[in-house]
Amino acid sequence: MSHGDELIRLSAADLAGRLAAGDVSSVEATQAHLDRIGAVDGAVHAFLHVAGERALDTAADIDRRRAAGESLGELAGVPIAIKDVLVTEGMPSTSGSRILEGWIPPYDATPVRKVREAGLVPLGKTNMDEFAMGSSTEHSAYGPTHNPWDLERIPGGSGGGSAAAVAAFEAPLALGSDTGGSIRQPAHVTGTVGVKPTYGAVSRYGSIALASSLDQIGPVTRTVLDAALLQDVIAGHDPHDSTSIADPWPSMADAVRRADVAGLRIGVVKELDSEGFQAGVRQRFHEALDLLERHGAEIVEVSTPNFEHAIAAYYLILPAEASSNLAKFDSVRFGLRVTPEGGGTVEQVMSATREAGFGPEVKRRIILGTYALSAGYYDAYYGSAQKVRTLVQRDFESAFANVDVLATPTAPTTAFKLGEKLDDPLAMYLNDVATIPANLAGVPGISLPVGLAPEDGLPVGIQFLAPARQDARLYNVGGALEQLLLAEWGGPLLDRAPALTTHELLATEEGAV
Amino acid sequence: MSEISAEQVAHLANLARIALTEEEIAHLTTELGQIMQAVEQVSRVATPDVPPTSHPIPLQNVFRDDVVGDNVLTVEQALSGAPEHDGGRFVVSAILGEEQ
Repeated sequence: MSHGDELIRLSAADLAGRLAAGDVSSVEATQAHLDRIGAVDGAVHAFLHVAGERALDTAADIDRRRAAGESLGELAGVPIAIKDVLVTEGMPSTSGSRILEGWIPPYDATPVRKVREAGLVPLGKTNMDEFAMGSSTEHSAYGPTHNPWDLERIPGGSGGGSAAAVAAFEAPLALGSDTGGSIRQPAHVTGTVGVKPTYGAVSRYGSIALASSLDQIGPVTRTVLDAALLQDVIAGHDPHDSTSIADPWPSMADAVRRADVAGLRIGVVKELDSEGFQAGVRQRFHEALDLLERHGAEIVEVSTPNFEHAIAAYYLILPAEASSNLAKFDSVRFGLRVTPEGGGTVEQVMSATREAGFGPEVKRRIILGTYALSAGYYDAYYGSAQKVRTLVQRDFESAFANVDVLATPTAPTTAFKLGEKLDDPLAMYLNDVATIPANLAGVPGISLPVGLAPEDGLPVGIQFLAPARQDARLYNVGGALEQLLLAEWGGPLLDRAPALTTHELLATEEGAV
Repeated sequence: MSEISAEQVAHLANLARIALTEEEIAHLTTELGQIMQAVEQVSRVATPDVPPTSHPIPLQNVFRDDVVGDNVLTVEQALSGAPEHDGGRFVVSAILGEEQ
């Protein structure tokens, strides 16, 4: 294994340790990841934009500051990939949409600013379903991302680019956004770790909004400790986001380092442990629970009867909020402008621009949201959905009265084939059955790998959920389970992923852009 | 609840300012009908005694002093992504059509 190959397989924490010890420079680490991107991203297509030169400049600056004895953040010099939903000063930010093609924002989103201030090195922007609407990245206007475990399969969505980037060792860390599972479901299908923090833990300032009452920014990594270190960097109150939580946060990294499940009460959600889930997904889920039980956790069954209505409520609330948020793409202040033949009024220009600039899923949800909010239907649809939201929150409250965390499989199946569900929006929406309740209630969730499904050899994730503001509980149980599984497996799950280089040519021929 | 018609979809598209093609309208009419059927279950459980929740974490409105913030764009920055501007303002086509 070459030096570069070794560097890209390090966790962010280990790489940070090597950087701090002076064994390796940030320029070397950054170059190793850029080389990896050059070698495999033609096949994976995790990135929409790679900012190689600027990344190397940033890395060189960190190396200089470290050499000068400056005190730097724990992750200083470690490369990171950024989901294209976050605006980045000087780097294109499209949210996966044609309507923002080429737009270079004049400012950084708060999580991006915090990442830069902590000395991390942004490598570029990652692919996603257009405006984060989807579970497969197939709705990206720039072509899908391919799952590094099997290039013919989906990497999950909407943050498939961020998950695939860390799974393919193109970056040790990435930022994602989770509105209904867009961090956790990609983690599940790519054998990686993803965390949706408590709503309001991480500022949404500069995050291109999908559904403002559901969106949350979070870490995408290969280890639980790396996710904790990244959450410690990006979380915290931001006056630029009025929904940002003002309370201080404990260190999530400490929670991982002290992880211990002895006496922890884990509730298994009965409604999400059913026949509708793939056999191998359930098998690995229960094996993980057994392992935790053998190490002192107490496993109890809990019932959340209103979760079955969560998807329905979500697909009213999300389109309603999205139809309002996406009204800003009006061809006036940024992005695309299409003028109809022979000119037209500003409204006709707007309509022509939005027809050309939005993809089919975005149009579907805008129209659905406009319908759900229209006079005469508002109470029946949007109003009812908000009531279901109350019922889902009550289910969480009564469950958390008896247990410390909840556990579910992260998604019903392993990665499906690209194209398989593209023409069936309802089937696509069902992917998010286990992840959506957390967004409706604002509670935090983590997904981490628990093995490969025996029937198809593809990764399976377990999801833990905790009460709002108790993100540290997720890092405790996640960190403990990860250590137990590593001891059982003798190494990380991703060591079992196929080498990508043999697939490169094939995918290039397929026309993966 | 009511079925969705092609006329309704066309009206919604107009409200949402998306110039959908006839083909898109036909396709969306079928799809929206199916999706609405699937989500209508919310009205069965949303009984009058359940209060609605608009936001996941209880919050109060946030106020600050009415002074210039630290995140103000310059005119140049604000116009930097505009499809058309005159150096100080966004430029758009006519607001009113001939018949108006």
